[in-house]
Amino acid sequence: MYRSHVLICGGTGCTSSGSGEIEKALVSEIEKNGLVDEVKVVKTGCFGLCALGPIMIVYPEGSFYSMVKVEDIPEIVEEHLLKGRVVTRLLYNETVAEDEVKSLNDTNFYKKQHRVALRNCGVINPENIEEYIGRGGYEALGKVLTEMSQDDVIQTLLDSGLRGRGGGGFPTGLKWKLAKNLVKEGQKYVCCNADEGDPGAFMDRSILEGDPHVLIEAMAIAGYAIGANQGYVYVRAEYPIAVERLEIAIKQAREYGLLGNDIFGTGFSFDMGLRLGAGAFVCGEETALMTSIEGNRGEPRPRPPFPAEKGLFGKPTVLNNVETYANIPQIILNGPEWFASMGTEKSKGTKVFALGGKIKNTGLVEIPMGTTLREVVEEIGGGIPNGKKFKAAQTGGPSGGCIPAEHFDIPIDYDNLIGIGSMMGSGGLIVMDEDNCMVDIAKFFLEFTVDESCGKCTPCRVGTKRLYEILDKITKGQGTLEDIDKLEELCYYIKENSLCGLGQTAPNPVLSTLRYFRDEYVAHVVDKKCPAGVCKDLLSFEIVADKCKGCTACARVCPAGAISGAVKTPHVIDKDKCLKCGACIEKCKFGAIIKK
Amino acid sequence: MKSLEELRAIKAKMQSQVDVRVESEGATRVVVGMATCGIAAGARPVLSAFANGVAEKNLNVKVTQTGCIGLCQYEPIVEIMEPGKEKVTYGNMTAEKAAEVIDQHLVRGQIVTDYLVKL
Repeated sequence: MYRSHVLICGGTGCTSSGSGEIEKALVSEIEKNGLVDEVKVVKTGCFGLCALGPIMIVYPEGSFYSMVKVEDIPEIVEEHLLKGRVVTRLLYNETVAEDEVKSLNDTNFYKKQHRVALRNCGVINPENIEEYIGRGGYEALGKVLTEMSQDDVIQTLLDSGLRGRGGGGFPTGLKWKLAKNLVKEGQKYVCCNADEGDPGAFMDRSILEGDPHVLIEAMAIAGYAIGANQGYVYVRAEYPIAVERLEIAIKQAREYGLLGNDIFGTGFSFDMGLRLGAGAFVCGEETALMTSIEGNRGEPRPRPPFPAEKGLFGKPTVLNNVETYANIPQIILNGPEWFASMGTEKSKGTKVFALGGKIKNTGLVEIPMGTTLREVVEEIGGGIPNGKKFKAAQTGGPSGGCIPAEHFDIPIDYDNLIGIGSMMGSGGLIVMDEDNCMVDIAKFFLEFTVDESCGKCTPCRVGTKRLYEILDKITKGQGTLEDIDKLEELCYYIKENSLCGLGQTAPNPVLSTLRYFRDEYVAHVVDKKCPAGVCKDLLSFEIVADKCKGCTACARVCPAGAISGAVKTPHVIDKDKCLKCGACIEKCKFGAIIKK
Repeated sequence: MKSLEELRAIKAKMQSQVDVRVESEGATRVVVGMATCGIAAGARPVLSAFANGVAEKNLNVKVTQTGCIGLCQYEPIVEIMEPGKEKVTYGNMTAEKAAEVIDQHLVRGQIVTDYLVKL
């Protein structure tokens, strides 16, 4: 029995900030102090507060050490693990108040969170099936197989109100019901969409890395409910840690007889395999995903027929996203009423968001549906750094839209977001401040969709390219008012005529920025100005003669040699040579250089 | 796995281990003084005895350590804090005494007065 457990984050964020070396140092230091039999080191999945990685938590005290360095390890081992004195100077500063160490759950970042899908992330060792079982894992599968009929399972999901967490928000129970009933006999499949491609979204990745068994358990439950014996997880090859842990988890589940034939002696058989995607964004669209699993080029096909009727290899298929699956074992164990008690009228449960952009606490948060954007940004996210003002938040990545400050208090759920022209999407939430140009943001997302359009249908292939060109023209100051009207018209055309979700949602970033920030577009076109000071072609750099002391610092740092002037006399910028890189502004100590 | 019993057996074995990592409310806390004075007086076998005993009996008890309480001559010192009750302080503990405290105090709720620190 170990008296202390040291949890080190082995998620992608902390791994890249060096948690591997910290683990090694910790293990050797523990050996040196003769604590091997008393202290257990566990590598877990993501804790969520990625901005402060590498993160280490010591239980039972619950001490949260952030930004740990290898040099800190001897002190932590000797002081904390050996002598029981918490090393306060290395604690996450939010947990230290007036000489008292607060519980992690009392910090602003964790206080309003409610972890359902992420309940085991950062708690268990994802490479050890027994730790998952110790947290109640595979009990839901046992309950389903021994006590519930197929219809009971589906009814439980329908009652819970669970909706797909991948973007569309389709009721999961209904999807399963159709897959069970539309075709009664024959081969069926259960698939998982782990092809998370939205820029800035990484919740599925964290679940796969931190709690891979929850996915296996939920897919087996789905297999039982619809009558399928084979599952496939379609996961991006760019997620190496997730792929590795998922492979280990599947192997362990087979060894323990939780995948394979005659599970729990009930006669039910289910097995699953991984299919690696090569990183095409379109393969997150369900029909393209299944085409790719079949071994073909990942292109979508028209629906209907829907996958519930004709999916993978032409057979009825249930396809859900990772986060959706991660909720299901808890719904089975705690009952649909428990799940439905969280959230809003039509959006039940919790949602995981990946916070990014201009925000203090970059990371992963799970909050009940109906939490307001203000709570997420200001309280959980810790607000916007450098005292800047909130301008908008982009939800749903390149398929979604922006939420401006006027809707800061909107409770976040599926229907509210659609109502204001955005969407839930997979849960990426990118915060923007006054220094972000909304036209530039729209252009950024369009550049992404132009790259990722598969090219099968013309509206998306050609239309998104034209949208991008118009936006590019506007940001260069060559746009006209007519261009803005054309832009809008083309957006609606692409939305209505594209084959799949990629094209149908690609214009959303343009439409929503036009809706809330039309004045910025007009400023680019009419005044030839970029109000946020982002679009380089519309900027000019000038030196205010009164403030310039002639120190020559700017002239020395200018890579283009565009600044001239004698020592101790005001300098001048040659606008033809200026690259608008901004290096001079950073260098100037007197605030004499302005950007217009 | 051929039956639910097998699953439950693994869960029973693992639960106390993973539960250490979740902050639960209403749990009794056992705090062992593990400063230099405590360690010199033999606090580590006491701490291990509590950690093992609590796990074996599957009690809702958290065993933690702390620094010097200031009563070095009574080390190893063990404090037991039950929700809603006054803190109980035992002194001059050994692994054997720890086993008795687990049986009497943590399981049956009877304070072992012989081992209390008397000031």
